[in-house]
Amino acid sequence: MGSGEAISTRGRLRRAVLNPQIAAGVLGAVLVASVVFAVTFGPADITPGEVWASVLHHLGFGTSPLTELRDGIVWELRMPRVLTAAAVGAGLAVSGAVMQALTRNPLADPYLLGLSSGASLGAVLVLLLGLALALPVAAFLGALLALGLTLALAGSLGRITPSRTVLAGVAVSALASAVTSLVIFWWVTGDSYREILSWLLGSLAGARWPAVAITFVALLVAGVPIVLSGRTLDAFAFGDTSAATLGINVQGARWGLLAVTALLTGAMVSVSGAIGFVGLILPHAVRLLVGPRHRALLPLVALLGAIFLVWADTLARTAFDPRELPVGIVTAIVGAPVFAWLLATRRDNA
Amino acid sequence: MNGGLRADRVEVRIDGTLIVDGVSVAMPPGSVSALIGPNGAGKTTLLHAIAAVQKPDAGVILFDDQNLGSMGRRDRARMLSLVEQDASTELALTVRDVVALGRIPHHGLWRDEATEDELIVRESLETVGMAGFADRVFTSLSGGERQRVMLAKAIAQQPRLLLLDEPTNHLDISAGLSTLGLLGRLAASGVSVLAVLHDLNLALAASDHILVMQNGRAVAFGPTEQTLSAELISDVYGVRADLLRHPATGRPMVAFSQQPLVE
Repeated sequence: MGSGEAISTRGRLRRAVLNPQIAAGVLGAVLVASVVFAVTFGPADITPGEVWASVLHHLGFGTSPLTELRDGIVWELRMPRVLTAAAVGAGLAVSGAVMQALTRNPLADPYLLGLSSGASLGAVLVLLLGLALALPVAAFLGALLALGLTLALAGSLGRITPSRTVLAGVAVSALASAVTSLVIFWWVTGDSYREILSWLLGSLAGARWPAVAITFVALLVAGVPIVLSGRTLDAFAFGDTSAATLGINVQGARWGLLAVTALLTGAMVSVSGAIGFVGLILPHAVRLLVGPRHRALLPLVALLGAIFLVWADTLARTAFDPRELPVGIVTAIVGAPVFAWLLATRRDNA
Repeated sequence: MNGGLRADRVEVRIDGTLIVDGVSVAMPPGSVSALIGPNGAGKTTLLHAIAAVQKPDAGVILFDDQNLGSMGRRDRARMLSLVEQDASTELALTVRDVVALGRIPHHGLWRDEATEDELIVRESLETVGMAGFADRVFTSLSGGERQRVMLAKAIAQQPRLLLLDEPTNHLDISAGLSTLGLLGRLAASGVSVLAVLHDLNLALAASDHILVMQNGRAVAFGPTEQTLSAELISDVYGVRADLLRHPATGRPMVAFSQQPLVE
């Protein structure tokens, strides 16, 4: 980056305006501020200062000036939920960007390999048939099962290609969705209906500290290596043959990145349900802003995904208070017009 | 023979079909070799086998006495580069980004691009006459411009062996000739160049050696002028061919006419 010629074509200006390092710094600050402010929103009025005081107190600095009830609202209810939203948003957005790169398909999303359908099936089996497993565990196992089936099918001829991966994912998704629908159709009763629908559309309503632990560990173990593999993904820009002549182990990189991305998505889905839109659209939005090079793209996608889901979830739990919307609805209703605006105004990058 | 590209009884099967059938050649270093033959002769597959993106089923391919098939990926990527036919991307990369991809084997997957890389990218673009296009989006370029950017990417890789699959495909006559002139200059600077060419007159004008393939076999290999005879062209392509002297350069050129074919 940063060569300093004075050629000012449109492409050059785009780069100059949105330097990725500066953008990452700004977005990082926005994310921290978003977390603090998102915690202040809700039925009980809490100030940003109180949020800081509570956080510092629980990190072992000073005593909390808040009453036990208000401190509980900050630390036990809102903070873990907001942090989970940030982690899930980052994870899904990065997974989507990688899936789009690996399959060379702009319609790819984190759920391409059947992960959300598998997770939904696992969740529905717990919610409706009383399968004796914790919901996240069942969802994660369902996602893994779907992933295994998809990769086995995609790699059944020894080589895993983009189109075979997409088609295998379609087949596994269709099967898992059909079984899920069958279970719902056959066994659902009045009360469980809303619970299931909310899971299928994605919701962070139940997110407490265990959810924070799951999602942050997933981000650390799977998300960080993915974000650092931007150059490998860039090498795939002109396809497999081109990547191979640049010294990339094509099959190894593809299998490895698919598996790690799937694990990341599986962990997120097991906590939040299948939140749509973030993983499909956010990577495109960031590409429109900073260009398609993954080394610059992936960190920004992660940060923007986190910010976006923090605010989408805040809206989901406060807009129709006391009633809560599934966050998956909000992500699409808010995100689609924003994306449409980007698409209409930024034409050189897509 | 010292160095250069040597292939020994190379065989490639794709889905069981024999595509390259026991090709052996030895191309001297620092020269331009043309690979010609009718459609389906196995030219691209041989090129891919040399680039080690297609694993040969038999045979050995050496460059400067090193086995290209068994050396490390990174080392190989620093030694050879391949300009594919009709390479495409859906990403809105700038020309500069595309050429910078050629630096990947040189700086690893983690380190940042250095000033030196930027310099090499710029020089590569100047070499192919595309310096003014650095900030344009690659997908907005014409076919000929893209072809030259892909050549710049291959040059930025700083290879000692440059493989090209129809590098003049989308180029007009002037751009085609200047590309071949460029390949000649690269060869003079020590790079071994092997290019699949469709236009026999360009091959005759620009290559030192020529390899003629037909049905997966190497039917002729040697210095271009001695090797490419009218009879050989007639046999391989199934047309009548006459070799003439170019009125200006004195080099041979070929004229075609339909010969009555017995089906």
